[in-house]
Amino acid sequence: MWQFFHKLGSPKWFYGIATRLMPWLLVVGAALLLAGVVWGLAFAPKDYLQGNSYRIIFIHVPTAFLAQSVYIMMAVAAVVTLVWRMKLADVFVKAVAPVGLVLTFLALFTGAVWGKPTWGTWWIWDARLTSMLILLFLYGGVIALDRAINDEKSAARAVSVLVLVGVVNIPIIKYSVEWWNTLHQPATFKLTEKPSMPAEMWVPLLLSVLGLYFIFGWLACLRMQTEIIFREQRTRWVKDLVMAGRP
Amino acid sequence: MTGNPVRVHPVAEGVSVAGAMKAVFLRDVKVAFRQRQDLLNPLLFFVMVVTLFPLGVSPEVSFLREAGAGILWVAALLSVLLSLDHLFRHDFDDGTLEQLVLQPQPLFLLVLAKTLAHWMLTGLPLVILTPVLGVMMHQPGNSIGILCLTLLIGTPVLSLIGSIGAALTLGLRSAGVLLSLLIIPLYIPVLIFGTGTVAAASEGAPVGAYLALMGAFLFLALTLAPFASASALKISMSNS
Repeated sequence: MWQFFHKLGSPKWFYGIATRLMPWLLVVGAALLLAGVVWGLAFAPKDYLQGNSYRIIFIHVPTAFLAQSVYIMMAVAAVVTLVWRMKLADVFVKAVAPVGLVLTFLALFTGAVWGKPTWGTWWIWDARLTSMLILLFLYGGVIALDRAINDEKSAARAVSVLVLVGVVNIPIIKYSVEWWNTLHQPATFKLTEKPSMPAEMWVPLLLSVLGLYFIFGWLACLRMQTEIIFREQRTRWVKDLVMAGRP
Repeated sequence: MTGNPVRVHPVAEGVSVAGAMKAVFLRDVKVAFRQRQDLLNPLLFFVMVVTLFPLGVSPEVSFLREAGAGILWVAALLSVLLSLDHLFRHDFDDGTLEQLVLQPQPLFLLVLAKTLAHWMLTGLPLVILTPVLGVMMHQPGNSIGILCLTLLIGTPVLSLIGSIGAALTLGLRSAGVLLSLLIIPLYIPVLIFGTGTVAAASEGAPVGAYLALMGAFLFLALTLAPFASASALKISMSNS
């Protein structure tokens, strides 16, 4: 167990694992996402109330879901950075924050596109929308702080503190639809209950959420590898790796 | 600068934690009163920002009555934000902060004392000034009372959360803008509940639940924020 833990802290070991893992993540993720989205957009039944416009749910829910869970993953990594000073955790936070920002933006954008036909407006200052907007700002703040500090180690720890402080927003987003009367509908998936939609709707939705998780995993590996190569550019194994790629 | 140089109180081994906190608090107050302009600036800023709204949007009584409380809250938030840069900066520049970090007393309590001093010197004057501006914004009497109460509970939360941002951005280039970027998202919930309380009161709805929530914010910030700012300070100090 402890040996595994130590290995996990080694960027070189992670680089090798990621190289082997990435094709699988990409293939499985692309297959699931493609299946979910095509099924959802083209074959799932129409909604009796919203007609075809509800189909954006197959993009909106996965991005919104990931946007929040990426932040939670970052928070876990932040704890690991602060407590164990593990290099990889910090690489993860740095690599993944821009991905989270883009996902949050996509969730807000698809939400606006969906809001126009169903609510008759692009944007309302509703609790769920506002708290997602705050999440977008938090991602922006994390990236800005990381860029502003030159020293790698201090940047890692300062960013970790900021990420942990921002965690207060996550329960607010999660429960905003239950605590306040909002236009936004309640959560689509709950662990404890059966979804209120028919299976032809929720199965493709679940597929696209899972698919996006895999794609995110692939993207995280790719970005972490880039960051690792950059940070370890003076080590022998990175030099060997780069030279081996040359003809 | 006029007056005698401020003596740094000997916060040393033999001093109790409460004694150390008191020494830090009194020193910050004393330093602030030696630089009165710094005390005045956030207040002037507060008044000026509030003035912009009747002139820039509409001086109509009906508009001001509806938007006044929100405008005052936003202006107070911005002037606290503006004053945060001073919270650690001078002590950081002249090395006092380094001495504080080295004290045997827990840093988070010393940071708490500093933050409370900061609130007393910026947040509290804002609250005291609010009734005057409230009248200028045509707020009804009971709204002004509730507004002052929410600011009284809310501004310490702003100072406490702000201390985290001030500690994180200490010694960075363009720290001011960065500080705002980091802290404003965390201020939004306080603002929402602060103005929500006043809106509920002006509609005649009960405000007990709102005030209780704001109190919860205050105690959450009071217990957790000093830890975060203390660890952020240590990070920033090791950086420089």
